[in-house]
Amino acid sequence: MPQTVPFVDYLVLGERPHLVARECTACGARFFDRRNACASCFGTSFTQVDVSTEGEVRAFTIVAHAAPGVPVPFVSATVDCAGTSVRANLINVAPTPEAVRLGMKVRLALTPVGVDQAGTEAISFGFEPRP
Amino acid sequence: MASDDVWILGISMTRFGKHPDADLIDLAAEATMNAIADAGITMREIGVLAAGNLRGGGGIGQALQKQVGQTGIPVYNVANACATGATAIRVVHMALRAGEADFGLAVGVEKLAGAGLLAGGERAGDSAAWAPQGRFGAVGPLDGRIGTETMPGVFAQIGMEYGHRYGGTSFELFARISEKNHAHSTLNPLASYQRRFTLDEIMNDVMISYPNTRPMCSANCDGAAAAVLVTGAALKTLAPEQRRRAVKISASVLTTDPWEEACQVLPNVNTLTRNAARRAYDTAGVDPEDLDLVELHDCFATAELVHYDNLMLCPEGGAVDFFNSGATWRDGSTPVNVSGGLESKGHPISATGIANIWEVATHLRGEAGDRQIPGARVGLAHVIGLGSACGVHILERAA
Repeated sequence: MPQTVPFVDYLVLGERPHLVARECTACGARFFDRRNACASCFGTSFTQVDVSTEGEVRAFTIVAHAAPGVPVPFVSATVDCAGTSVRANLINVAPTPEAVRLGMKVRLALTPVGVDQAGTEAISFGFEPRP
Repeated sequence: MASDDVWILGISMTRFGKHPDADLIDLAAEATMNAIADAGITMREIGVLAAGNLRGGGGIGQALQKQVGQTGIPVYNVANACATGATAIRVVHMALRAGEADFGLAVGVEKLAGAGLLAGGERAGDSAAWAPQGRFGAVGPLDGRIGTETMPGVFAQIGMEYGHRYGGTSFELFARISEKNHAHSTLNPLASYQRRFTLDEIMNDVMISYPNTRPMCSANCDGAAAAVLVTGAALKTLAPEQRRRAVKISASVLTTDPWEEACQVLPNVNTLTRNAARRAYDTAGVDPEDLDLVELHDCFATAELVHYDNLMLCPEGGAVDFFNSGATWRDGSTPVNVSGGLESKGHPISATGIANIWEVATHLRGEAGDRQIPGARVGLAHVIGLGSACGVHILERAA
């Protein structure tokens, strides 16, 4: 079993993969990046919270032209996970306007990115249609 | 002509398109010298210069001075993404309002022909060992793996989000917005494209990022624009012809994003535009229905739709019905982007926020030739720089 690492630090792997956010303890604003202060209330105290693994597609596009090195086509979306918006690719769905719909119910799913020279595999996340 | 008003005394834009034989300085100098001549003054009178350029080497203001007139005045080199031109105008406007100068010059220039997608260049390769880097602790580049970072993709989602919220959007609807702007530009001799595209041509062109095909994206091109601003007090001392052609800046507003849920996930171009518009209407004492023409930031067809709503040209949620009514065609009740907009006139980034003001000002002066909106008295120019910055200017013709 090769060693694995999450592609981003807000993805938690393991038996129950999920995303985590930094939540401002004063106002509840959530962020995925390293914080200096809260952009909403300027507070400096944060706690880590789990983000719902189920959500709804609020916006999407099917990217047909991207920077060299980025495989196309793929679906980029904004997913509303119980009030927390997440940027992600939609995966395990055909990248066509017929297959992807606004308001579609989706859930978090893992996807391999690749293996580095030391044999470590990076695992990223996307969202797939919910049955 | 109140003393603390600020007016446009002279304004100019170069032809937008390919200028293989002109460099940044040539283009900036052409726009500047034409704006100065249009104003009827010389570089000697200019007391402050704000200059914008994103993709050159920096210091465009001083480089321009060295070609058209070094008088020792302060130069502010500004950068605010696609709102850079509007920011240059705003900086000069503030300097004049503050009493720092009587005349000021704002310039924006870009060389962008053949620049490709505005995708932020090539995605970096993966490193030999996965190691967390950056503010997301990512072990590799995010673009294409955690959503898209291309402008066509981001703005496609912004249009789709509007459809999710209010309904009524479709690929064809967005394509018809592009059809309008390409039709408008056939009357604009300074536009990059001056050919009418059929709806079929637009929908069957190369798909860039659904639902935006290539002609639904802003046209990368070269160009420059420049404006000479003057205080109301100084304008009173000038010749009757200069006063007659001067255009009043009734509102000059620049905003950024107030924090909202999701605004750091998918750029929110709506709230800061709405805030800028509201402040501009209040300052100018103008209502949206008073506008004779609007130049808004149609960097993509999907963006134009949401800005009908953000600029309050229609009731909230009513942008689709508003467009379908024909209101935004040049013979409609609120002509939008009669220049052809960014999709057809073109989008040399730093020039755009001044070129939009040139378009409105030219109609208010009654000098827009074949595409003149008859009797235009008041107009609005809007730009968005992703990140974000929003500039809104309301202009009125001299009484």
